[in-house]
Amino acid sequence: MSATTAETQLLEINLGPQHPSTHGVFRMIATLDGETIVKLKPVMGYLHRNHEQIGEGITYVASFPFTDRLDYFNAMSNNFGLALAIEKLGGIQASERGEYVRVIMAELTRLVNHVAVTGFLLNDMGAFGTPLLYAFRERERILDLFEAASGSRMMCNYVRPGGVREDVPVQWLERAREIVNNFPIFLDEFETLLTENEIIQQRAKHVGVLPKTLAVNASITGPMARASGVNYDIRKVDGYSIYPKFAFKVPLGSVGDVYDRYYVRILEMRESVKILQQALKDIPGGPAISPKGQAISKAPRTFKPPKGEAYGRVESPKGELGFYLVSDGSSQPYRYHIRAPSFINLTVLEDMCLGQKVADAIIILGSIDIVLGEVDR
Amino acid sequence: MWASLDELKSVLEQQLPGVTVTVEGAVLYVEPKNLVSVCRYLKDSERFRLDYLANLTAVDYPPERIEVVYHVYSMDKKHGPLPLKVRLPRAEPKVASVTPIWRGAEFQEREAYDLYGVIFEGHPDLRRILLWDGFQGHPMRKDYVVEDQNVLEGGPA
Amino acid sequence: MVGRGVLKGMWLVLREFLSTYPLGRMVLRVTGQPAGNRLVTVQYPDEKQQHAERFRYFPFLVYDQTPDNLRCVACKICEQECPPQCIHIVGPAKDEQGRPLKVHGRTYPVEFDIDTSICMSCRICVDVCPFDAIEMDNQYEMSSTERFGEMAFNKEKLLKSNEYFQQIKPTEASVVDQRLEAKKPKPAPTQPPTPPSAA
Repeated sequence: MSATTAETQLLEINLGPQHPSTHGVFRMIATLDGETIVKLKPVMGYLHRNHEQIGEGITYVASFPFTDRLDYFNAMSNNFGLALAIEKLGGIQASERGEYVRVIMAELTRLVNHVAVTGFLLNDMGAFGTPLLYAFRERERILDLFEAASGSRMMCNYVRPGGVREDVPVQWLERAREIVNNFPIFLDEFETLLTENEIIQQRAKHVGVLPKTLAVNASITGPMARASGVNYDIRKVDGYSIYPKFAFKVPLGSVGDVYDRYYVRILEMRESVKILQQALKDIPGGPAISPKGQAISKAPRTFKPPKGEAYGRVESPKGELGFYLVSDGSSQPYRYHIRAPSFINLTVLEDMCLGQKVADAIIILGSIDIVLGEVDR
Repeated sequence: MWASLDELKSVLEQQLPGVTVTVEGAVLYVEPKNLVSVCRYLKDSERFRLDYLANLTAVDYPPERIEVVYHVYSMDKKHGPLPLKVRLPRAEPKVASVTPIWRGAEFQEREAYDLYGVIFEGHPDLRRILLWDGFQGHPMRKDYVVEDQNVLEGGPA
Repeated sequence: MVGRGVLKGMWLVLREFLSTYPLGRMVLRVTGQPAGNRLVTVQYPDEKQQHAERFRYFPFLVYDQTPDNLRCVACKICEQECPPQCIHIVGPAKDEQGRPLKVHGRTYPVEFDIDTSICMSCRICVDVCPFDAIEMDNQYEMSSTERFGEMAFNKEKLLKSNEYFQQIKPTEASVVDQRLEAKKPKPAPTQPPTPPSAA
């Protein structure tokens, strides 16, 4: 009997939920033919706490600390998204300095997220420790900035409708400028370490290719969509907050493989640095929160938006983060829904993994960049 | 692009005979039986090209209805998002799935089924997604009773 | 040339490695290489991280001068607004006829508990308090051997003086002090303070 006619048996294995490569409690049921994946079903919900239901039982402002815990790498972006949706719903104007501080925080968050996810991706590829710790060293400096401004490294709870909860402390902007100006030096080093590395190229190029049409059809957003060539960045297309004031580009990939997803994130960090330098240069004085926002922040129960609904969205580092709020005229939202980018980006996990090897499934998942707090909500 | 929702309504009713849509505020209400044809038209027509489903969710209005909300956007022409809604009877919420039109609806419909109990007919794999298989009830419905409201733990007596 | 990218990366790692030793840093300086991007590990618990002034952990109750003169009037706004519902207040204290008891011209809570196993340090209670009676502490070494009981802080455990607040958060405390000074009414009619039974 020749090898080609030998009968093989399909093997079903569970990756996770307790597995370091799944970035949390996430499970993939993979059916293997030898080493090749023929079927893969994601299983989630291990961290489900029905955040939306909690949000319907408390005031609008009280949901802010819970949004910190959605995507715990990007607390500031999540706060920003909810603040924008509430502003849309209640017709609140933000103060100008508040807008600048929020944009600075959101872009710093993008740096934090992208260095961390790149480090983790390299970890998944087998480069244990070294790139991850170089990345975390930079992340730590930015988290120190967050702690100085908001009082907490990760659970910031800092942005409010109308601005930010309190103005940044003295000397903070100088510190931020120094860190932002030194960031490109780190990025150059990081790229020296990784971008041209032949092992990474062998490992990541043409792995987990996501075609452009599928990316659009499956509602993929964020760096993942842009790596596939979809020109979609909410900062550009919606022009929310004060983003139209800044000059920056939207980097696009061409192939849509794991390597493109890695490289688009590096390029995005460079663009974020540009935005940060402009914002830190132009930031005006004045109050960090508008009077109406201040009133809402001090007395959340007095804020009763008119009946109606609003869909506010921001470009979080993971993709389109949307907040859908329905108000019935009371101080609590009637419906509070979150369009979580990492949850929806998982839709195409199976499509990308089919025909690939098991080890590739790990880095494909790593390149999607999921945080289970947001997937499961 | 459309100048106003009323214009969109007239275009839809002209292009799809037998379909009636209603405009309420900034929302376009579609009858459940026409949902698929309207969505397919919005996605494929040269003028609208709403090729990207941004958000899908449900809202519960007891006692009589559940609404399913779709926010659709055009990556091609960069306009939207357009809120579309369907009203379903709360006792038996059933609507055709839009997953064959937009793959992005796959997980979002499963989530709406899980938390609200809306049945999406024609969905390739309609199972619970966030809760476990044996779970009873649909927790985001307004009449769902939470087991224990007392959060302050007393501990053993 | 295949392998050039790997070699470049290894050179970078070697440089970072050298920069962790005084001798290595000297070598790098002499050869004109950048001296690396150091962030030194803090050897906890022998040494401790310097936290930012705004660093927050669990809340505490502020009192002026003496512990019975606490600023909290048991209005229960924080209890209502607390997102995870970890604050539990009984009060304000009343006498047998149902009239509110007052100390230093203010009502006061009979019980004030914060379940720190639920508290998520979000600072909303501080934001909503109209009396600046509750503030965020920065003590984070509070592990306990018990799951229940020890983690629920009662009023005695939560009370801390305004001097302590001024010491841990000088900027914030001075703002609060100024605000309270501005709010202070003209000398209140002298009234013998009723000694509270609990405090």
